[in-house]
Amino acid sequence: MKKYSIRAIICMIACLLIISVPPVIAGTLDEVKKRGTLVCGVSTGLPGFSATDEKGNWKGLDVDGCRAIAAAVFGDANKVKYAPLNAKERFTALQSGEIDVLVRGTTWTKQRDTALGLNFAGVNYYDGQGFMVPKKLGINSAKELDGAIFCIHAGTTSELNLADYFAKHNMTYEAVVFDTHDQAAKGFDAGRCDCLTADQSQLYALRTHLRKPYEAVILKDIISKEPLGPVVRQGDDAWFNVVRWSFFAMINADELGVTSANVNAMRSRSVNPAIRRLVGLDGDRGKSLNLPDDWSYQIIKQVGNYAESFRRNVGSGSALKIDRGLNALWKDGGLQYAPPMR
Amino acid sequence: MLGTVLFFFLIGANALSNLEQQGITSGFAFLSQKAGFGIIQTLISYNEASTYGRTFLVGLLNTILVSVLGIICATLLGSFIGIARLSSNWLIAKLAALYIEIFRNLPLLLQVFFWYFAVLRSLPLPRNSLHIGDWLFLNIRGIYLPRPLPDPGFILLITVLCISVIGVAALVLWARKRQEKTGKELPILPLSFAILILPAAVVWCITGGPMHWEYSTLRGLNFKGGITIIPELAALLLALTVYTASLIAEIVRSGILSVSSAQTEAARALGLPQRKILRLVVIPQAMRVVIPQMTSQYLNLIKNSSLAAAIGYPDLVAVFAGTSLNQTGQAIEIIAMTMGVYLTLNLTTSWLMNRYNARILSQEQ
Repeated sequence: MKKYSIRAIICMIACLLIISVPPVIAGTLDEVKKRGTLVCGVSTGLPGFSATDEKGNWKGLDVDGCRAIAAAVFGDANKVKYAPLNAKERFTALQSGEIDVLVRGTTWTKQRDTALGLNFAGVNYYDGQGFMVPKKLGINSAKELDGAIFCIHAGTTSELNLADYFAKHNMTYEAVVFDTHDQAAKGFDAGRCDCLTADQSQLYALRTHLRKPYEAVILKDIISKEPLGPVVRQGDDAWFNVVRWSFFAMINADELGVTSANVNAMRSRSVNPAIRRLVGLDGDRGKSLNLPDDWSYQIIKQVGNYAESFRRNVGSGSALKIDRGLNALWKDGGLQYAPPMR
Repeated sequence: MLGTVLFFFLIGANALSNLEQQGITSGFAFLSQKAGFGIIQTLISYNEASTYGRTFLVGLLNTILVSVLGIICATLLGSFIGIARLSSNWLIAKLAALYIEIFRNLPLLLQVFFWYFAVLRSLPLPRNSLHIGDWLFLNIRGIYLPRPLPDPGFILLITVLCISVIGVAALVLWARKRQEKTGKELPILPLSFAILILPAAVVWCITGGPMHWEYSTLRGLNFKGGITIIPELAALLLALTVYTASLIAEIVRSGILSVSSAQTEAARALGLPQRKILRLVVIPQAMRVVIPQMTSQYLNLIKNSSLAAAIGYPDLVAVFAGTSLNQTGQAIEIIAMTMGVYLTLNLTTSWLMNRYNARILSQEQ
């Protein structure tokens, strides 16, 4: 008995020593540089934002966000490892350090920004929750959806917005909650529910997956604000800056008309001081970000500016054909606005 | 023991300090916050204004519902298949064997998907529902049944029924004593039926039928009123029942085979009819072998019910460890609570079954 308790005490002390060491979270930037790849959390497959093509390569607006960071850090946009996550896994994966950054259509809310130990580094897509219904129901407005059954993706802000909207308009609804976007869309396709609800951009993406996409309509109503953006862990400001300015570089390039096609010419010829700073010729360049001097040039060269990424993935150059709308630059009446690079 | 407690305490304290360091909220205060999302199947009153504590209860009850129904159905189906497998009829025995080999060798998740995506998804849309008269409707969104609604006099009917049940119990006890004393048997089954039905029928006639039915009708987009069995529940229940029954069938078969054939022959020599041989000689002895294994299957069924999340049935894992976890972000608290629930449910089931087992064993001696 005595022997046993001594052994137990030794074991306990050993355990205490092991577990009471707080996890040392070194700077994410240093860690990423040392590892040689960026681990980026994306969706399990949402066309236009993050999905694999026939060859197995990740494509999309969110994927371009990951690629921009890799281009800035390594000068090579392909040094990214993608971690496909469902909505329920995403925050835990980021909090635990499994991924370096989460670019997965994540809505910026007060609770997520303050209570989860996370920070939102920007808004790469201004979205709003919408509804998709079969054309044959003849519904033109969300107000006609009283008593309808909805298919939803679990663990999203959509579940809460839907409840708020129906409470506000004194209508009733039922929600069938699925684990992934794809299952929710399949449920809608089979007729399990009358209506699929999600962020409107996602509805456009999911519609391309239906058996008969032209038999579904997306209603004009928008019932919420959904600013989607990249997320990092709270308390690592150096990394936060890298993520935030990788995105701002793309917006600034869009505003200054610098594209992947003309960036070389601009770099050798332009006299515009703003452009010279953007492509890494003048100013502080990469020093204060602790990045190579040509970091923003590499982003534009390898990934392109925001307009190119938008057009290629979700805009007129894609199957989704979404208008710039709120995502146009501020000078074109949209909300995309980046602080100056100086 | 003390060491273990201290160990977990240290882990807990360490986790808390790390969470605080990373700026992540912890604690159980969220249970009284408003949840703000809807749940499609609730056994207790629930709406969007209810708290996360309430979503916990709703999820818990949905888990218990599917588990209890699953255990009952799997036991009945499994015993039937197990006995069928021993049938002297070649066709029946082979069909039972085929059933067992198919369903116990397929992964359960696959079976859940099969029932949900392949079978139930091929049902028609609400406007073209399959129906029996205007009281039962079947479509892709569920099974719709009429709901009984009580009228005045309903309480009287229930009271009379309760008294009848007590009467039947008394009859059974008295008949057993009488048989032990005199050796004479009473026709218990018809007598019990008479006691149950006659008084209730009289009350029904006097009060003029103290209840009516609320039918489901297609209003707007969907059926309203009545009772709705959602397809997610149906699919999960089917999968759990069919899968677990295939395992229970083998347990029942092994139990019956464990009773030596000499016992059956001796009973036959005493002139007992086949029905009584099974009921009085074979089954009680088979139970000794069956109960402990059956307990494991029940525990497995309860744990397997968490596959609900895969098809959107609102069980504890989907509602609480899913949506609630994501809205609040308090993973450690919620997962710990969910684990606690499964542990409690299973320990309770295990305790009940062990008590039952002990009773059967003591009867033998």
